[in-house]
Amino acid sequence: MTNTTLLSSPLEAAHQKLGAKLVPFAGWNMPVQYSSIMDEHKSVRSSTGIFDISHMGQFIVTGAGAQAWLNTMLTNNIGKLAPGQGQYTLMLNEKGGVIDDLIAYRTGESAYFLVVNASMIDEDLAWLQQHLPADVTLENESPQWAGMAVQGPASADTFAKAFPNETLPPRNGIATTADGSIVCRTGYTGEDGFEFFSPAADGIAVWDKFLAAGAKPCGLGARDTLRLEMGYPLNGSDLSPERTPLEAGLGFFCDLSKPEFIGRETLVSQKADGLTTKLTAIQYTGKGAPPRAHYPVATPDGTTIGELASGALSPTLMTGIGMAYLPIEFAKIGTELQIDIRGRAFPAKVVKKPFHKPQ
Amino acid sequence: MSIPSDLRFLDSHEWVRLEGDTATVGISDHAQAELTDIVFVELPELERAADAGDPVAVVESVKAASDIYAPVAGEVIAVNSDLEADPALVNTDPYGNGWLFKLRVKNPEDVAALMDAAAYQSHIG
Repeated sequence: MTNTTLLSSPLEAAHQKLGAKLVPFAGWNMPVQYSSIMDEHKSVRSSTGIFDISHMGQFIVTGAGAQAWLNTMLTNNIGKLAPGQGQYTLMLNEKGGVIDDLIAYRTGESAYFLVVNASMIDEDLAWLQQHLPADVTLENESPQWAGMAVQGPASADTFAKAFPNETLPPRNGIATTADGSIVCRTGYTGEDGFEFFSPAADGIAVWDKFLAAGAKPCGLGARDTLRLEMGYPLNGSDLSPERTPLEAGLGFFCDLSKPEFIGRETLVSQKADGLTTKLTAIQYTGKGAPPRAHYPVATPDGTTIGELASGALSPTLMTGIGMAYLPIEFAKIGTELQIDIRGRAFPAKVVKKPFHKPQ
Repeated sequence: MSIPSDLRFLDSHEWVRLEGDTATVGISDHAQAELTDIVFVELPELERAADAGDPVAVVESVKAASDIYAPVAGEVIAVNSDLEADPALVNTDPYGNGWLFKLRVKNPEDVAALMDAAAYQSHIG
């Protein structure tokens, strides 16, 4: 991909002013880091960090049939949402493989706000449109919104300083501010925090307001290490059209008691037959080279049994962590493994997710 | 950005300090600043022979692994084992305690043919 085809965030000028290193990500020119991934990561774990998430997609679904239809398109039970509430959910193909993972919020009696992955906006939209009934309207509002994730144990204080007359919604909730922005009490770091969507033209002013209220700018590098410490999947790395959410360990977000949703049959039979493969959390038992995606995962005798879907040096634990789809017999907590890196083997074992539990 | 005038440089950002027939090799201040957060260094094996341009070490930041090349032909005669416990020395003292390895060079004049500080300065802009 050449630079000319990269999309620019409405916050790009703010990143350049801060001296961010910008890299191509999912077709966007996005900040990977400002100062240091390590420092940015630690700010989110100890105080407040702010991430540009303007690249993510926003869809509005409305109409009398919206709830019933979304329940056929998504794995979680959207009927459980009262207006003002949101849930993590997945959209599957006919084989039960993951097209995208997203958060669906109910914003009114028959109105929903979906936040999807940047790389999947076009594909998600095409898939949804292909299945759209006459009594439901689907709108892509992605270009209209600037998005910021403000995350960390002090993020509620940051919000109160930046917007003294507004109230944060409760965990997983969504609210609209007086000036027409949207605030969601969700995130991708495991910390308390919120995601704030403002009209694109107001983005930089809002970004600066959060910075003045104490949020430290953080890039995609820290976003990735933070989510991985929580064992949260990244679509395209840990999720794919060839893997089901049950294999990814996301069964909690799939309501098989719903009579119908795309991909359900595969999940029901996988559940009945038992899984043969599972996305497994792996942690080094000592020090070693940072594990990274596609490195081979082997048994202690050197037999390769899979490859890392994601991997990183955990800035909190200061050791290697990663996730890999492994045959189920190797997915048991405590199983000894090794990660092969450039001909050297680094001992590791299967651990329980999350790798790190925020305070 | 510091560029000591007594060193020679590669366009891949290694520096070389020649004393007799021993060349000490590290990465430049510019390179460590670009990489940030160096968390692991894989050093070459002692007595390994290398040609100029051979990848002999790896410096890893949180985000990426970068190959380090032998600047000239020679044999590895020492490695900086302090980096095993404290790889961040490459960030904090790139031309001093953050050195990577030493080569006994085949031809000391190979070092003189590398970029000097002024040429490296214009290389990194």
